[in-house]
This record gives sequence, C-alpha cells and structure tokens, in this order.
Amino acid sequence: MNWAETSAGWSWNPLTDLQQIWAFPFMVNAFRAGTVVAVLAAVMGWFMVLRRQSFAGHTLSVVSFPGAACATLLGISAGFGYFAFCIGGALVIAAIPRVGQGGSGQESALTGTVQAFLLACGFLFVALYKGFLGGVNSLLFGSFLGITTTQVTVLTIVAAVALGVLAVIGRPLLFASVDENVAFGRGVPVRALSVTFLVLLGAATAEASQITGTLLVFALLVMPAAAAQQLTARPAASLALSVLIAVAVTWTGLIAAYYSPYPIGFYVTTFAFAVYVLARAARTLSTAVGRHRVVGGGAVA
Amino acid sequence: MSTVNPATRLGDLVRHRVPAQPAGPQPPRSPAVSLRGAGVRVGSRTLWSGVDLEVGAGEFVAVLGPNGVGKSTLIKMLLGILPPAAGEVRVLGEAPGRAGHRVGYLPQRRNFDASLRIRGTDIVRLGLDGDRWGVPLPVPARFSARRREARDRIAEVVELVGASAYAHRPIGECSGGEQQRLLIAQALVRDPELLLLDEPLDSLDLSHQGAVAALIGRICREAGVSVVMVAHDVNPILAWLDRVVYIAEGGAVAGSPQDVITTQTLSRLYGVPVEVLRTSDGRLVVVGQPEAPALHTDRHVEGGGT
Repeated sequence: MNWAETSAGWSWNPLTDLQQIWAFPFMVNAFRAGTVVAVLAAVMGWFMVLRRQSFAGHTLSVVSFPGAACATLLGISAGFGYFAFCIGGALVIAAIPRVGQGGSGQESALTGTVQAFLLACGFLFVALYKGFLGGVNSLLFGSFLGITTTQVTVLTIVAAVALGVLAVIGRPLLFASVDENVAFGRGVPVRALSVTFLVLLGAATAEASQITGTLLVFALLVMPAAAAQQLTARPAASLALSVLIAVAVTWTGLIAAYYSPYPIGFYVTTFAFAVYVLARAARTLSTAVGRHRVVGGGAVA
Repeated sequence: MSTVNPATRLGDLVRHRVPAQPAGPQPPRSPAVSLRGAGVRVGSRTLWSGVDLEVGAGEFVAVLGPNGVGKSTLIKMLLGILPPAAGEVRVLGEAPGRAGHRVGYLPQRRNFDASLRIRGTDIVRLGLDGDRWGVPLPVPARFSARRREARDRIAEVVELVGASAYAHRPIGECSGGEQQRLLIAQALVRDPELLLLDEPLDSLDLSHQGAVAALIGRICREAGVSVVMVAHDVNPILAWLDRVVYIAEGGAVAGSPQDVITTQTLSRLYGVPVEVLRTSDGRLVVVGQPEAPALHTDRHVEGGGT
C-alpha cells in the first residue's frame, strides 16, 4: 500500500474512492460501526418521532456524555459509560409518572432538571481527569477514528438484540404510540411497552453517541425519521426510507470526513439536515401540485 | 357513503368474524351489558352507586347526564380499566375486560396531531391486529391470503363508514368528522358485538353529528351490534334510541327516553326543579339542570358553551 497514492484526493470515481478508503482497517471499522448505528438509530428514531418523545431522546443523548466521561475517568472503555448512563437514564425517565395528558409539562421540567445536573457532572468528570480535554471534542461532536473490531462487535450485538426486541413489540408499540387509549382498552400493555421502548432508545442513543458525539445524536435519531415521515405516510415504507437515509448520510459523512480536515459530526448532521429540508420541500410541492394525493414513496437524493 | 347498500354490507360484516371463532350456531347471546347495584369510586369520591342496567343484544342505549358525573367512568368500568366499587357487572356474559375484541371502543373525542403521518387505513388496521405481537412480514398481498383478507376487511369497513375517499390520507390531515368516521371503522373492524362510544358526536358540527349518529344507528339496527354511547345531547340520536341512562350526582335512572327525560323523573333525580320541554319537531330541551361539580381534570376545555 502506497501512502502517497492512498491519500490522494477525491477522484470522482466512487468505486476507486471507496477502495482507497477501505484500504485502511480503521476506515472499514468506521463504515461497519456507522452502518450498524445508522440502522438502529433510524428505526428507534422513527418510533421516537412518532411517539413525540424527542425530548426524552435528547436527554438520553446528553446523559451519555457524563457516562463516557465517567468511564474514561475510571479508566474503563467509554462504551460501558455510554450504555450504563443511557439505559440508566431511560429507566429514570420511565419511572417519572405520567400524570394524564396535562402532566407532560411537569414531566419535561423534571427530565430537564435531571439532564442539566448530569451534564454538569460530566463537566466535573472531565475536569477531574486532567489532560483529557482533547477528548471532550470527540465525546461531544463525534469521531470515527480508532474504532476497534471489538467495538464493532459490541455495537452489532447490542443493535441486533435491540432490533430483535423491537420486532417482537413493534406492532403493539405502534398501536400504543398512535392511539394509547384504544390500545389500552384492547389489552395492550401500554406502560410496559413504554418502558421497554425507552430502554431500547437508550441503547440506540448510546450507540449513536459513539459515532456522532453526544450533541449530534439527533442527526441520526431524528432527522432521517422526520424526513422519511414527511415523504410517506405508509408505516413500512417510511421506516425503510428512514433506514436508507440514515445509512446514506452516514456513509457520505464518513467519505467527506475522510477527504477533509473537518469533523464527521458536522458532515453527517449537515447531510441529514439537507435531506430533511429537501423532504419538506418535496412534500410542500406535492401537496401544492397533487391536491389530496400523498406521495407514496418519493425519491430521495 | 351514498353508494353503499347497507343490507349487503352488513351481511358481510357478520360473515367476516376475523379471529377464528367456533363454527356452527352461536350460543344464545346473553345481555350485552348487565349492571346490578353497580357503583364506582374515583379516589375517595363515589361517583354513582346503585345503578341497575341491562342492555340487550342489538340495543342502542345512551348514557346522559351533566359534566363530571361519571359517564366516561361507566365506559371505563365496562372496559375493565376501572373496577366497580360495588355490585355486579357483566359485559357480554363475562367480567369486564375479558370480552376482548368482542367489544369495540371509541374513546372520548380526541383529534390526532395534524403532523401525525399515519394513514387512516393504518389506524383502522391497528384496530384489526394492532394488539398482536411481532411484525408482519412485508409479503405482497398477492402472495398472502391473510394479508389479502385483512386488506379486504379494512376496505369493507372503511366503505361502511363512508370514509373510502380519504382513508389513504394521513389521519392528521383529515377533518374532525372524517377522523371520527375512521375511528368508528377502527372500533368496528373486528366485528364487535358491543360498541362503547364516549361522546362520539362531541365537537362535530351539526350536519356531521346527524350523519355520524345515523351511521351508528344503522350499524346498531342492521348488524345487531349493541351500542352504549355517552352523549352530551340526546337529540341527534333520539330517533335511534332504545333506552337512556340518566346519571346525576349519586344515582341514575334507566328506561325509555319518553319515561326518563321528563320533568318529573329528572326533578326527582336531581332533587331540584328541572323542566323538560319538547320542541315542535320532537327535540327535547332540559332546562335548569344543575352541573355537577367538575372534578374531571382530564376533560378538554369546557369553553362554557355546553
């Protein structure tokens, strides 16, 4: 392998470019991890957007920062910190009682209080761990360097388990998300499903944080799902579209980050944002043109 | 809706019992709902007690009364969400909450968020199999008899409620009346024997009120579905009613509309003078009925227009 050749610039031939990028094992791992995370985040995010639980998702992503900082301070892998804090945070949010429909204000105030406190804890952990400051950036805004094969394996196993559980509870969860009262009347265990979903969301957030950084988790959790739901109202199609968008922006983000000095978090977020803007524009256009016709599965860039 | 021939449609309704039911003649139907000396408490407050009510198969019964008196609570008790504090309650011959899909339920008026991107048919579909675990394989309907059956059943029930024109649109973009029709389709899709409807006409405009009331009345008459409907105003459904239950603070009276909605009965029930007037076209107006203390925090904005 010739460094001068492999580090050559963008050639406008995707195949040779990808070959060139994949010549580096760390880039192969980055693509593997990115793909796994994108699929999981897109699916969980789709339900999250449908359930209007973006604030809970945001809290979980913020909570992953003190998790990673704490793990680094203790000298263990940051991955443990991400998972422990995110899933712990999910259980705490699930334990906050929902006081009817009018209680959501109090719920979000409580969630916000916990979120701010934990963020402050993360800052303290960083301060306690002197000389760690360089790592803060990648904790907050993501990094694709140095993903090990073990990490990829862990990400894959967690994602597989989470998606497996979701496949089992998917349909009742959709029912409970859209129409809680009727679902409850039909004997769907609404509360248990809500707790399970939050835990799965915690796992997805912990995974996504490791690629996009804790502040940009929404790039993979919200944006692909929101864009997909703009484009089609068919559940299966918009779920598939959401996964497609997430994987596409992750790959393009990785490629862009490889060829430029700027961070991956910026690229993934920007591309996802662009897709969302295009999706909204497409929908506005289609409602304007086709009166009541809904786009079945519109084309995505 | 105008193109639907109710008789044939409703014949299909009965044929299409979706989950496998024992073949052969059905056992004689027990009363759809039977309450004996039933009472209910929310927290430490007894909403009502000593209520006797029997709803026969295929009967249309309205639950009337002022706000906050526990009408919705009666529906919740019949669904098994809230246990009765006293007395005996049977729903389709079983304990409340046990009859499962044989009971269709339409909760109190709610609008779907305008940004909810799920089609009306998907909402109806959730009523059909939304409580089943697992995710259906994305097999095209061409290759799966079960999928075809589900699709046909949904199309049929959507047509029955006259929603075919907008069922493929995202539910958030449908009007209140359209959403209500789709929700009725959702409640009907499993072919229930009993429909529990919580103020389905509330906040619909007058013309929609009449049409939805007629739809429910038709389903009740022609498919033999028993209907228990909480209503604010008896007039849109008066023509279809077999019986009314009038709940006031503490107690209730059940009987035919002519017997119950009278000056004497309501004055006795409320303990204060109440007058029932009849307009020239047969509508009933209750004058001077006291509102129960509104303790329901979950009620939508009262608006003072009631």
